[in-house]
Amino acid sequence: MEEQTANENPFASTVLDVRNVSLLYGNVPALSGVGFSLCAGELRAVIGENGAGKSSLMNVLAGLVKPSSGEMKLQGLPYSPADPGQARRQGISMIHQELSVAPHLTVSENIMLGIEPVSGLWLKRAAMRERARNALAALGSDIDVDAPCSTLSLSQMQILEIARATVGGSKVLILDEPTSSLTKEDTDRLFALLGRLKREGYAILYISHFLEEVQQIADSYTVLRDGRVVGSGSMAEVALKDLVSMMLGRDLGELYPSHRHLIGPAVLEVASLSCGKRLRSASFALHKGEVLGIFGLVGSGRTELLRSIFGLEAASGRITIKGRHAGSTVQALWRGGTGMVSEDRKEEGLSINMSIADNLALVETPALVNPGKLEEQARVWIKALSVACGGAQQPVGQLSGGNQQKVAIARLLAHKVDIFLLDEPTRGVDIGSKRQIYDLIHEAAGAGAAVLIVSSYLPELLGLCDRLAVMNRGVLLPFRPVSEVSEFSVMSEATAPVPGLEGQSETTTETKL
Amino acid sequence: MSDVSPMTNKLNLPVVLSRSEILGPLAALLVVYLVFCWLSPSSFAGAANLELILRQSTIVGLVSLGMTIVIIAGGIDLSIGSVVALSTVVIASLLNAGFGPVLAATGGIAVGALSGLANGFMIARFKVVPFIATLVSLLVLRGIAKGLAHEQKVDAPLTWLNELLARLDSAAAWQLVPAGVWLFLVMAVVVTVLLRYSRLGLHVFAVGSNVKTALLCGVNVERVELWVYSLCGAFAGLAGLMQFSRLTVGDPTVASGLELDAIAAVVIGGASLKGGRGSVAGTIIGALLMAVLRAGCTQIGLANWIQEIVTGLIILAAMGVDRLRYRQA
Repeated sequence: MEEQTANENPFASTVLDVRNVSLLYGNVPALSGVGFSLCAGELRAVIGENGAGKSSLMNVLAGLVKPSSGEMKLQGLPYSPADPGQARRQGISMIHQELSVAPHLTVSENIMLGIEPVSGLWLKRAAMRERARNALAALGSDIDVDAPCSTLSLSQMQILEIARATVGGSKVLILDEPTSSLTKEDTDRLFALLGRLKREGYAILYISHFLEEVQQIADSYTVLRDGRVVGSGSMAEVALKDLVSMMLGRDLGELYPSHRHLIGPAVLEVASLSCGKRLRSASFALHKGEVLGIFGLVGSGRTELLRSIFGLEAASGRITIKGRHAGSTVQALWRGGTGMVSEDRKEEGLSINMSIADNLALVETPALVNPGKLEEQARVWIKALSVACGGAQQPVGQLSGGNQQKVAIARLLAHKVDIFLLDEPTRGVDIGSKRQIYDLIHEAAGAGAAVLIVSSYLPELLGLCDRLAVMNRGVLLPFRPVSEVSEFSVMSEATAPVPGLEGQSETTTETKL
Repeated sequence: MSDVSPMTNKLNLPVVLSRSEILGPLAALLVVYLVFCWLSPSSFAGAANLELILRQSTIVGLVSLGMTIVIIAGGIDLSIGSVVALSTVVIASLLNAGFGPVLAATGGIAVGALSGLANGFMIARFKVVPFIATLVSLLVLRGIAKGLAHEQKVDAPLTWLNELLARLDSAAAWQLVPAGVWLFLVMAVVVTVLLRYSRLGLHVFAVGSNVKTALLCGVNVERVELWVYSLCGAFAGLAGLMQFSRLTVGDPTVASGLELDAIAAVVIGGASLKGGRGSVAGTIIGALLMAVLRAGCTQIGLANWIQEIVTGLIILAAMGVDRLRYRQA
C-alpha cells in the first residue's frame, strides 16, 4: 500500500474529497461548510450527537439529497449523484442502520439486485450465484447463497450488504451505526472484516456513537456539531475525553428552567421489565413531582422501554401505576392519567392529515362530537402553548416541527395527565419551541405531575431532570441525581460496553439449560 | 401560515366545499351533464330523465355509502355484491315463508349486517388483510346465496316492497321520487352526520389516517373495524332490498361486480384508498357521475363498451386531479 501511493501521483490515493458542503432544509442549515477527504485504505469515523448532521452528510454522499452548495470529487472527478443507484454505480455504497434486504429473496438475489447478469431477457442464475458466492468468500463468509434472507442473522445481513457494495464495484463504503444491534462477538468479527477491506484498498466512512469502538478501528476522525466540522485529525493523536468535549461543547445557558421540584410518593414503579432483544432489563421508580431522564443512544432500547410501559409493546416484568398493578390497555392508562408523546411525530405521535382539533380529541372522544366545541377547546391550547397555525382546523402536517410537537404535548395537557411519558420531546424542534416545551415540563412537575423523559440530547436532560439514568444496549443503568453526574460520565457510560452483559446472558442460558 | 384564512365557528360554504374535497368531482359531474344535455337536448335535461338517473343510482349509491366508511377507515370490502344477492334471496325466501314485508326487509338488512360483522371479525380479531377477508366472503356468501336459492331465481309474492324503486304513477307525483330514493338520501345524511358528529366517525378517520396514532391515543381500533364492516354490510343488505324491489325476485347471481362500481364512486368522490380521506357528498357525486354517463351514453346511442372506457378514463382523471391537488399542498 505504502509503495503504491509512493510511486504514483500523491493525490491518486484520495478517493473522496468533500469541500465546503452545505445543506439547507428550508431555512434551517443541516450542514454548513463541511469538508474532509478520504484515502484508499482509510477508515474515517464521523462522530457527533444526534442531530449534529451525520445523517444529513451521509444522505448527501449516498445521493439521497442534493447539497445546497459545495463540491464533491470522487477519484478526481466531480461527483453529484442524482439518486442512491447512481451513487452506487459511481462507487459509493451505504450500509444502513436499518438493514435493507428483501426478506423473500435469496442471498444471491439480494446481493446481485439491480446488477443481475442477463442474457437477453433471461437471468443467468448460475453466474449470479457464482458472483455472489465469490463476493462473500472474499469477505471470509460462507453464507449459503440460496438461503432466503429471512433466515439470516443481523450480522449476516450486514455482511450481505457489504458484499452487495463490493460486488457492485464500490470503492467507498459508508457504515451507519453498524454495531448498535450486534453482540460483542459479531462486533469483533465486523472489525476484523473492516480491517481486511482496508487492506484491500477500500475507503470507509464509519458513523458511530460508540467512541471506544471508534478509537479501536478508525484511522482518522471528523466530529460534527450543529452541522459544522468542529474537529478532525488522526485518531492516534486524540484522547477520548477530547472527542467527548468536541461532541458536546455548548453551554446550557438560560434554556432550562431552574428546577426545585417537591418530590412526593412513587406513582410509577417498573421492575425487571424486558421486551424482545432491544430491552433487556429496566427497573426504577418515578415519583410525584419528579422529572426523570433516561439518556440512550439510538437502538439502546429507550423507546421500547416507554412503549412497554404504555402498553404498546408486549413486555414481561412488573409495572405498577399509582399503587395498582398495571397490565392494562392504552385506553385504561389514558383514563388513569398517564399519557405518552411518541418519538415519531409523523408516523405515530400525530395523525398528520387530521386537524389540530381532531388530533387533540382522539383521546377519550365523547360519543357525540360537537365540532364547534372541539375547535373551541383546541383554540384554548393553541393560545396557551402559542402554537403558530392558521386555526384549529388546519391539518397538523402543515405546521412546523416545533408547533407539531406542541400539539402532541397539548394532547397530554388537555387530558389532565399527571404521568408524562415523553420520548424525544424536542427532536426536530426549533430552539424557541424547545424553551417553551422545557417550561411546560417544568410547570407540570411543579404542579405535581411525574415526568419521564427519554432523550438522546444530553444537555436537555442535564438541564431539566432531577435524576438521570443511562440506557445502554437494552440495559437501564441506575438513576443518579443530576448533581452527581457530568456530561462526560454519562457519555462514557452510554458509549462503553455494558458491564456484565455477556456474563448475564450466559447465566440466563445456563439456568434455562 | 398567513395564507390560511382565520376560521370561524359558523359553516362557511366555500370553506366546507374546499375542505370536503368535492369541488373537482362536482365540476366533472356538471361538465359531463352539460355535455349530454347539449348532445341530446330534447330529453336529457327533463325531470323524467333526472328521476331515472336517481332511481338508477340508488342501489350503487347505498352500497357506496358503506364503502365510503370502509375506505375512509383504510379498508376495502369486496363482498358487497354477494351480500346484495344474498339479501335479495333472503327477502324472497322470507316472503315465501309467510313473513310480512317489514320482517322480510329487516331480515335482508340483518343478514347484510351479520355478513359485515363476519368480515370485521376476520379483519379486526384475526388480522386478515381486508382484501383477502372480503374476497373470502365474496365467494362464500355468493355460494350461500346460490345454495339457499337452489341455484335459481326465487319468486316471491308482490308486496309494497316492490314499489320502493318503481316509477311513480301520476297520483303519487307529489313524492317527486320514489320512497327508495328518499331512503337513500336520508341514509346519506345519516352517514354524513355519523362521520362528522360521532365518536365513531372521528375514530374511523383516525384509524384510516394513521392507525399507530389511534393506538397511541387509546382508540379501540378493533371495535372501530367491527363497526365499519358491519355498517358496510348493513348498507349492502339495504341495497339488496332495493335490488329485490326492482327485480321482484330473489336472484343469487345479481349484483356481481357491484363492489367495483362502489369503489369507483368513492374514489371519484375524492377518497384515498390509503384511508383517512373521503366524504359522502363526494361519493354521491361519483355515483351520479357514473349514472349520468350510463344514461347519457344510452340515450345518444353509444355502445356499452364506450361507456366502460369512458368510466375508466374518468377514474384515471380523478386520480390525476387528486395528485395535483396534493402535490400543491
